[in-house]
Amino acid sequence: MSAAFLLEQLLNGVQFGVMLFLMSAGLTLVFGVMGLINLAHGSLYMVGAFVCAWVAGATGSFWLGLPAGLIAAAAAGAAVEVLVMRRLYDRDHLDQVLATFSLILIFSEGTRWIFGNQPLYLNIPPLLSGVIPLPGDGGYPLYRVAIIAVGIVVAIGLYLLISRTRLGMQIRAGEADREMIGALGVDIKTLYTVVFALGAMLAGAAGALVGALQSVQVGMGESVLILAFVVIVIGGIGSIKGALVAALLVGLVDTLGRAFLPRLLTLVMPASDAGTTGSALASMAIYLVMAAILAWRPKGLFPAHG
Amino acid sequence: MDNSRSNSFLRSREGVLTVAALAVLLAAPLVAQAAGQTYFISLASRVAILALAGVGLNLALGTGGMISFGHAAFFGLGGYVAGAMVFHAQEGGRFLGLLEGTQQALVSWPLALGIAGIAALFIGVISLRTSGVYFIMITLAFAQMFYYLGLSFPTYGGEDGMTLYERSTLGGLSVSGDLPFFFVCFGALLLALLLCSRLISSRFGAALMTARQNETRLATVGINPFPVRLTGFVISAMITALAGVLLVEQNGFASPSLLSWHRSGEIMIFVILGGVGRLIGPVLGAAVFILLETVIGGYTDRWQLVLGLVLLGIVLFARGGLVGLLAGRARHD
Repeated sequence: MSAAFLLEQLLNGVQFGVMLFLMSAGLTLVFGVMGLINLAHGSLYMVGAFVCAWVAGATGSFWLGLPAGLIAAAAAGAAVEVLVMRRLYDRDHLDQVLATFSLILIFSEGTRWIFGNQPLYLNIPPLLSGVIPLPGDGGYPLYRVAIIAVGIVVAIGLYLLISRTRLGMQIRAGEADREMIGALGVDIKTLYTVVFALGAMLAGAAGALVGALQSVQVGMGESVLILAFVVIVIGGIGSIKGALVAALLVGLVDTLGRAFLPRLLTLVMPASDAGTTGSALASMAIYLVMAAILAWRPKGLFPAHG
Repeated sequence: MDNSRSNSFLRSREGVLTVAALAVLLAAPLVAQAAGQTYFISLASRVAILALAGVGLNLALGTGGMISFGHAAFFGLGGYVAGAMVFHAQEGGRFLGLLEGTQQALVSWPLALGIAGIAALFIGVISLRTSGVYFIMITLAFAQMFYYLGLSFPTYGGEDGMTLYERSTLGGLSVSGDLPFFFVCFGALLLALLLCSRLISSRFGAALMTARQNETRLATVGINPFPVRLTGFVISAMITALAGVLLVEQNGFASPSLLSWHRSGEIMIFVILGGVGRLIGPVLGAAVFILLETVIGGYTDRWQLVLGLVLLGIVLFARGGLVGLLAGRARHD
């Protein structure tokens, strides 16, 4: 096992973590500010991927597809907030689960209706299709490095947005006491719509970026959704910083587990079994980490409220 | 439950609804048998089985306020254990290297419930340290672990699952026919409903409900909430495990999809759709869900879209679920 392979897997883990961060940032914001469990967040990810892939396919340009995907996801998010979510804020979590589960059904079947049953494919834009040399003999795809860069930019941007701008101040105030900021004259309905659309846009960005690495198909959002929930729970609900740390942790544990557990297991069992058992154990690893962290710190690593 | 209280329940609107719903469920396969539409008998069995899973979850979720998003773990574990016993009876080998397989349900079903109960005890001890959304997610995490365990168990087919060629026999009775099997499922559902109604009106039930409503109050009267919740969680898991056993016996097939988070979500939908904490809620929820799926699926391939819209309409405009709609809101909510 070479150092280049290890480095490559580490980068893969970071890239996966960054993608999870884009997903979970919106989820944790919506959760922290509005107290809403949104199972349909994965559908917004799917909308971003589908619209990006479709526009890029129709125009031949990834650079037109990407903003189209972001706008479509944000628009879908805003529409869902105005039509459905707004009625759910004062309901208990159970009603939110049922309503957003229904939205998954509607989004999935609607997408299948519009785009057909076949998966769409999105090509990596020529500008980013190169390879960055790694020390040793390997190379690493430039596109994945670009995803990592986008993640860093988004993390910094979100930090500045929340700590330095008027909107961020209102978001923080909304987390602390929603009635009070309403009484102070902040238009809380619009604020919620904006926060929800922002979260949706980040999910759409994750979907569109990942669309070039895997096929774009109905149901792609669901496995990511579960991982995003794992991330926000490990990180502490409502905490962007927690989401970033936990996303990288989950991304690395999952990727490194998949890369190295099957190899490690060949030491103790026949190679044919080691592959399947290793990948299954790797899939379990993040949930083991989560259970251990919650048993140790029942409110996650960075609890947002005390 | 003493007689006067059970009489007043049966005379209430909710009581009438409960009896009526069970009567319809019991009558439907008999009518189907008479009309020669045997497909509807297995559909009714499926309703009874999934309703049973919901009744189990409802005890934890509705009565005890423990929102478990991981009941598929118990559903699937029960199903897998019962399936594995039949599998070993057919193919040889021993379950976990210890037990020889058997097709005697009186052995394999209690074993399945016992193992699911032990798993629930273990999961509950850790999960009940958390609350709120964290509890939802940690139960989901445990269920996902069992899902991936199921995927990686080559003995029982891994991803492809295992096919069983015969149903277990119940004592000396064969339940391979559709109608006898329906009676078994219906009987199990009825027993679970009776158990839950007895539990709810017992001292233990009062403590469990108080643990949901006001933990401090429960602690003040000298009852530690933790063991009460844990007991409720384990009983709830075992009822859901029995549903898993029955589904595997009905289909003659066990696969990791029994353990997937979709399953947990679906069981939760039955409970919420029917009415959280209402005795007959999960039965109505499961029946309506499966009917919608079947009826809409008969008209259009896009049934998921219509189902989603219907469910969304119910949650937005019929608060308190179907029982709330038909029999009024619960008294203590």
